[in-house]
Amino acid sequence: MTAVTAPTKPGRVAASLPQTIRDILVITRRNLLRNLRLPQLIVLSTIQPIMFLLLFTYVFGGAIGGTLPPAAAGEYINWLIPGLLVQTAAFGAGQTALGLTEDLSKGVIERFRSLPMARSAVLAGRTLSDLIRNGFVISLMMVVGVLIGFRYQTSLAGLVAGMAIAMVFSFAFSWIMATIGLLVKNPEAVQAAIFLPVFPLVFASSVFVPTQTMPSWLRTFADHQPVTVTVDALRGLILGEGALLPGNTVTGQVLLSLFYSALILAAFVPLAVRMYRRSVN
Amino acid sequence: MATPIVRVEGITKTFGGKVKALADVTLEVEPGIIYGLLGPNGAGKTTLIRVLTTLLRPDSGRAEVAGVDVLADPKTARTKIGLAGQFAAVDDYLTGRENVEMVGRLYGLSIAESKRRAGQVLDRIRLDQAADRQVKTYSGGMQRRLDLAASLVGRPEVLFLDEPTTGIDPRSRIDVWELISDLVDGGTTVLLTTQYLDEADQLADRIAVIDEGRLISEGTSDDLKDTLGGSVIELSVPADRQAETIDALRAICGAEPTVHELTSEITVPAAEGAKTLTDVVRTLDAASITPTDIALHKPSLDDVFLTLTGHPAETKTEEEPVPNGRRGRRLRRKT
Repeated sequence: MTAVTAPTKPGRVAASLPQTIRDILVITRRNLLRNLRLPQLIVLSTIQPIMFLLLFTYVFGGAIGGTLPPAAAGEYINWLIPGLLVQTAAFGAGQTALGLTEDLSKGVIERFRSLPMARSAVLAGRTLSDLIRNGFVISLMMVVGVLIGFRYQTSLAGLVAGMAIAMVFSFAFSWIMATIGLLVKNPEAVQAAIFLPVFPLVFASSVFVPTQTMPSWLRTFADHQPVTVTVDALRGLILGEGALLPGNTVTGQVLLSLFYSALILAAFVPLAVRMYRRSVN
Repeated sequence: MATPIVRVEGITKTFGGKVKALADVTLEVEPGIIYGLLGPNGAGKTTLIRVLTTLLRPDSGRAEVAGVDVLADPKTARTKIGLAGQFAAVDDYLTGRENVEMVGRLYGLSIAESKRRAGQVLDRIRLDQAADRQVKTYSGGMQRRLDLAASLVGRPEVLFLDEPTTGIDPRSRIDVWELISDLVDGGTTVLLTTQYLDEADQLADRIAVIDEGRLISEGTSDDLKDTLGGSVIELSVPADRQAETIDALRAICGAEPTVHELTSEITVPAAEGAKTLTDVVRTLDAASITPTDIALHKPSLDDVFLTLTGHPAETKTEEEPVPNGRRGRRLRRKT
């Protein structure tokens, strides 16, 4: 056997930055088109958080109202909306796991891996398209929230900044979900698996109720875990510093939330990429 | 032989430390032909395709596609190949055209170029009528053809097709065969796997027979049939006379007859063709054995597989029995 011929067009095959960006956008577009063509997906995944919003507002609102900090202006919905935005961000990230397992089981990922495309594009395109989708769902929730009485107590800029923090968190959470999807691989099994991290983090947090009444061991966890920190950052930005626990500042919670998101990304991006490389072997 | 476009040298792959999926496989494919990897389920065909398409690293050995070392430089190798796997890897909610254009973009084509190429391959694959419909409205055969179109959009030098006709209806199957033949006329080299004997026989210019991870024979369909040394006799006799018949056949033909597990049909090489057949008929007649069926025919790949592996290559599948029994049967390993 003769010596191996040198790569013919090395310049074209190396995943240059422009190529990587282009491949990510191609995959993102494909995933978003899927959402457009399957409107049930968007409708159903929007109904769930809106149902949460309506149920919690009208079922628990009266009972919880009295225990809220004054910054909520006496309305449970003001307290609830920032929490539900973060909950929606976390739940919505679950779509990342579902989408990946579907692509895996249909052989789409196998095809992508045989193409001369940037290796990172499948995961990056998936998380990016889920981010856009979740941004849409979060905005829709905000509209419904305003319709049933939500009012921000600070400024529009604070509201927008709060939504941006929720999006950053959603993006980070998508990478946890990508890892879970690649680990579980089976589309049916992954539906159950995605709730494993989501439920404890969302319920043992300040999403629905202030943490003060929780047992102290749980409260210690609840006050410091990423979901609560992010929810508090949103409340600080949307309702004002009075919504926070004594001693916490808005800037402090915002920075801590961003730090958590960065930490999640630093841990799960490399992990997911590693799993992806091994996923079809 | 022209410089081979695919070279496989001593490829070995073991899964989980035990299951030997490929054992020291070596083969070469010359450009511009259809090369068939034939073997039953689990023989290692797909594993070999996955090694050659950079999806799987073997434990040892070398693989080269279009002059590129697949293991040392998978990135370049991917620019030379197209792959259509066992399932149509297409997106149900995109149109056929969108699917193909996307793959074109991922091959590095510009937007304009990928549109142009997608139009060409869709036309060639005769999906241009349905190109702007969502794939979920396609039949199984159309999805396979679309998958084939997607694998062609990057102008691959070598096209890998893993069981291109498994699970599609017989009519679509013939369509896919025609398409594959057309591709090769256009200069593409095709390496395909199949568990259908007739598919390899009709489609492939050269065939590698793979069983339990080993390459057991390689050559043209005729080469393989020649290993049997001419024609074979197939006959059926009443069950109570079978043992006697086999002894007689062994004596006349000088070879060991084989008996089909399910049909009890006896097959034996007939070195001298019609003369051997006449001898057999005389001998059986003298022993008052009346065959219920007897025929002399050119050996089929079924017979080849049987002879090469020493075990019956196939059993009748759950499918409807087909007249003459040769079409659509799959290779099955005896258990």
